[in-house]
Amino acid sequence: MVLTVDGLRMRYGDREVLQDVTFDARPGEVLALLGPNGAGKSTTIEILEGFRLRSAGRVEVLGVDPAAADERWRSRIGIVLQSWRDHGNWRVRELLHHLGTYYAPYATPAAPRPWPADELLAAVGLTASAGQKVRTLSGGQRRRLDVAIGIVGRPDVLFLDEPTTGFDPQARAEFHDLVRRLAAEQGTTVLLTTHDLDEASKLAQRIVVLAGGRIIASGTTGQLTELIAGEDEVRWSVDGRPFRESTPDATAFVRALFTRYGDAVGDLEVRRASLEDTYLTLVREQA
Amino acid sequence: MKTGWQRGLIELRQSFTNGPELFSHFLWPVLMLAALFFLRHRDFGSTGFLLGALALPSILGMNAAMGMVSMSQQLTADREDGTLLRAKAIPNGMVCYLVGKVVSVAGGLIVDLAILLIPGLLLIDGLALGSAHWFTLGWVLVLGLVATLPIGAILGSVFTTARSQGLIQLPMLALIAVSGIFYPLAALPGWLAGIGQLTPVYWMGLGMRSALLPDEAVVVEVGESWRHLETAAVLGLWAVAGLLLAPIVLRRMARRESGSKVAERRERALQRVA
Repeated sequence: MVLTVDGLRMRYGDREVLQDVTFDARPGEVLALLGPNGAGKSTTIEILEGFRLRSAGRVEVLGVDPAAADERWRSRIGIVLQSWRDHGNWRVRELLHHLGTYYAPYATPAAPRPWPADELLAAVGLTASAGQKVRTLSGGQRRRLDVAIGIVGRPDVLFLDEPTTGFDPQARAEFHDLVRRLAAEQGTTVLLTTHDLDEASKLAQRIVVLAGGRIIASGTTGQLTELIAGEDEVRWSVDGRPFRESTPDATAFVRALFTRYGDAVGDLEVRRASLEDTYLTLVREQA
Repeated sequence: MKTGWQRGLIELRQSFTNGPELFSHFLWPVLMLAALFFLRHRDFGSTGFLLGALALPSILGMNAAMGMVSMSQQLTADREDGTLLRAKAIPNGMVCYLVGKVVSVAGGLIVDLAILLIPGLLLIDGLALGSAHWFTLGWVLVLGLVATLPIGAILGSVFTTARSQGLIQLPMLALIAVSGIFYPLAALPGWLAGIGQLTPVYWMGLGMRSALLPDEAVVVEVGESWRHLETAAVLGLWAVAGLLLAPIVLRRMARRESGSKVAERRERALQRVA
């Protein structure tokens, strides 16, 4: 296991922010922490990054407790945060190259570090902006630079905190492609937080749903849908009058409908619960 | 260490290649030179020394001591925009960040001093410069920077926002007022002169005067002596205290830095703008 979190708790004063959070990730896996704002996603990822001390529980990243980790461990971790606007005066290529030099002492034959700046700029699509000052980048470009900095040391584990907030659909698709390539080609284990279910299901092999500081569900997209059977929606009309009903068992409901009205039933439409509905149900039950 | 050095040089180059910062590098030296230029023929009291000649070294000393303020401001600014958190996220980032900051602040300061000193030497009469004087200038400057930059780093760690940073400007002005930079310490009430002599600002000004003025000018000073030993002792004490305390304070501050802290401060800053 690359990531192991067991019985993690976080408390601020008498407020419990995380309760008994347990999950893990295998090498090369993309794992999403999904949940509404305030669910405890950022706190969890900050504890894993070694930026925050936990109240209780066992946490290991690459076999080491992040709270007691050294610089060698740090060199194998990549971090992309939500709100970086640092180094505005630096030029894009200059910054990427400079930050890359920090990783050079940790190069191994298997993982040549750092990733050459020009190659990396091409990989994230920033070649044309290489000579620009960082503060003149657009939001999407800035984010791609943040990702490039996050992976310049060819990390074994990459943490992405709300990586696509404020992206347009095209930038988002390109970003998803980049993350998938990283996991597939570099074998990087990726943990990302998001409140967007669509993003989680597109990117992640497994989703951990966090609400109110607890894990309320986890598994693959398919498993999550099965785990909580959402209500199907049935629409029909009798003598031209439209009706609509939610039901846990659409088949039985429709059978009863025909038994009762027979040929008078028209415009029949059954909509299965989507993952989105499932997720919203989950979160609502928690609140 | 090498990476930190490179970082400092890059930052230094940046601060001399962008318009607004370049402007601020030259603004104060030019204003002060203009003031000194008009004062250059005026005598200082009945001592027979020229006011311009007395003021230039004092101003140099003060400017050097103000490296403390720019250190502290840059640290706070870097904390606000996440530069420090970035340093924390990469291997050996914090050490390189600090080395880089010291190199860029000290380097910028030395360039600023040269911008003031070189034209000053040409414009102002009554300065004396021999090889022994250059040596004094050198050690006072280096020791002064070692004494003041760690204090700047400590102040920068204590204040969390650029706004609260503004608060240190006032006490700083008060310190300058009692530090004999613009007004000889001997003319102040005893207790004020005492406070002044506790600050590194006074000793850096004194050291600079001892380096740049002819030996006779010593009569203006407290005890009619350049007090080199005391200068070294006071600056040395500040340096030791700063170097002992700064790593502790900085480590404490760095440990508390996290993504949500930076985001929080950004929220607050945005609210102020709105």
